Amino acid sequence: MTNHKTGASFLRSLLNAWSWLFLAGILGFFEIYAQIETGNTFLFRLYNVQSIAIAASQILLLALGLTLVIVAGHIDLSIGFTTGLSAVAMALMIRWLGPEAGWLTVAVALAVGVFAAVVVGLINGWLVAYLNVPSFIGTLGTYGVARGAALIIAGGATVSIRSEEARFIGNGDILGFPVPVVIAIMLAVICHYLLTHTKFGVHTYALGASRASVERAGIDVNKLLITLFIISAVSAGIGGLVYTGRFSAGAANAGEPILLYAVAAVFIGGASLTGGQGTVVGTVIGAIIIAVIQFGLVFSGLPPYWQFVAVGLVIIVAVLVDQSKAKLTGGRS
Amino acid sequence: MSPLLEVKGLKKRFGGNEAVSDVNFVVNAGECVVLAGDNGAGKSTVIKMISGVLPPTAGNVYFNGELLTGRSPEGVRNTGIETIYQDLSLADNLDPGLNLYLGREKVKRIFGLPFLDRTTMRNDAAKVMKSLGIEVPDPSAPVRDLSGGQRQAIAIARAIHWQAKLVIMDEPTAALGVPEQREVMALIEQLKEKGVGIILISHNLPDIFAAADRIIVLARGVVGGERRPADTNDEEIVRLMMGATVSDT
Repeated sequence: MTNHKTGASFLRSLLNAWSWLFLAGILGFFEIYAQIETGNTFLFRLYNVQSIAIAASQILLLALGLTLVIVAGHIDLSIGFTTGLSAVAMALMIRWLGPEAGWLTVAVALAVGVFAAVVVGLINGWLVAYLNVPSFIGTLGTYGVARGAALIIAGGATVSIRSEEARFIGNGDILGFPVPVVIAIMLAVICHYLLTHTKFGVHTYALGASRASVERAGIDVNKLLITLFIISAVSAGIGGLVYTGRFSAGAANAGEPILLYAVAAVFIGGASLTGGQGTVVGTVIGAIIIAVIQFGLVFSGLPPYWQFVAVGLVIIVAVLVDQSKAKLTGGRS
Repeated sequence: MSPLLEVKGLKKRFGGNEAVSDVNFVVNAGECVVLAGDNGAGKSTVIKMISGVLPPTAGNVYFNGELLTGRSPEGVRNTGIETIYQDLSLADNLDPGLNLYLGREKVKRIFGLPFLDRTTMRNDAAKVMKSLGIEVPDPSAPVRDLSGGQRQAIAIARAIHWQAKLVIMDEPTAALGVPEQREVMALIEQLKEKGVGIILISHNLPDIFAAADRIIVLARGVVGGERRPADTNDEEIVRLMMGATVSDT
């Protein structure tokens, strides 16, 4: 009995750590591949590390806020187009105000971009909390609305801008660290703090496990849900702002290719569709895994389309791991 | 001594259906009153009217002589009445400490920022559980790793920690195995020793006789009878539970 129990708990900790092991595995794989094929290192080249870090931070900006929503037992499908809406809103503001005012223009444009995201988050939260719309359907609706709104205000086109300050946000570096990476790290620290060290975080986990437990404790579930969806939208919106800085243009479909990767990163990081599980650290690992796959496959000279296949397979593995974990906990839901 | 809880002429009508017609009883401190009755007898409706979830159509509930009727569920809980539902309302993914404090978490400040004080909450939970005679092997493990009896103990610990004077328990042993049922019965004794009044809802005869100081049998929304366990037997309780149902139809 005891032996069986320790065996199960060892297996469980192995399953909990699988994403770390997986990351170590693929890094090892690409390193060996590079050594054999080219005689060079894969991992210890600044360019490679930076490229992976930037790709991971693009995914993370969408995935970090989403992690909180998924821990609470919900989903936010609108984030991909919230990213686009914020990107377009920022670009249009810079165009409208003119880049001459420098940082003042960019600051106002950033604020407007964040505001656009907050509006989407408020609508999502209101739908889920007060109208009891399942988040999958509700945010699928706002996904369409945000996408349409971004295309309408952008006139269906990409809004290009010329602003050195905006460019800095997407391409500059601080002490050698690319600005998008710095922003992603800051957001990760904030989300980690919220989820593990605050009452809000505990309530989020409890909501994911049992709504009754939260209601019984006298916690305002509606307020909690709205806050969660606003955080998710603002996180995705920041992703849009970085996009506009990076490409000196705002596009309505800025977040479209990243949406799936963001969702994947959260699940690879140990979250569960049923809620109550998941961590920010896990999501960071998930995003890095996807970024390594993306960059590694291109580095190996394979057609880039293989990355979709590879990431898809990793998602399936993540779900299988989650299911075996549930079995190990005795099937108690 | 005036009673802890007094239920006077409680009545609840849902549309044309009178679920509870005229229910009167009292609960004293340190006493376990079992509300027995078949399904549909009105037990749950009575409980919901006490805990503030449902407003009664007529009648009043007094707690320590104070009118309770009309308060919100939270208002009722703040006066010292804790209701433990069958599902226990635990967050399975959190440790006992966080479940104990859920909604009233302890926080310490580091550089002005609030941080959860998990250690204190865990220790407090372990202390209360220990006072109930239950040792939690790993206080940082989520409560889904605990046995059914231990989980019930956390729900009861919550009531003790927040100094409930009356605990309402809805079929606490329904989903448990025999050894765990015994654990829960022992917990109920502990609560009584601490002077807590208990209303236990049950239709399980062994439980009823093991826990009750008084048995109040509900049938068809009225009190069909009130007995002390020493003055009655299984047969009579079953007859009271069925009695009104049979004669009415």
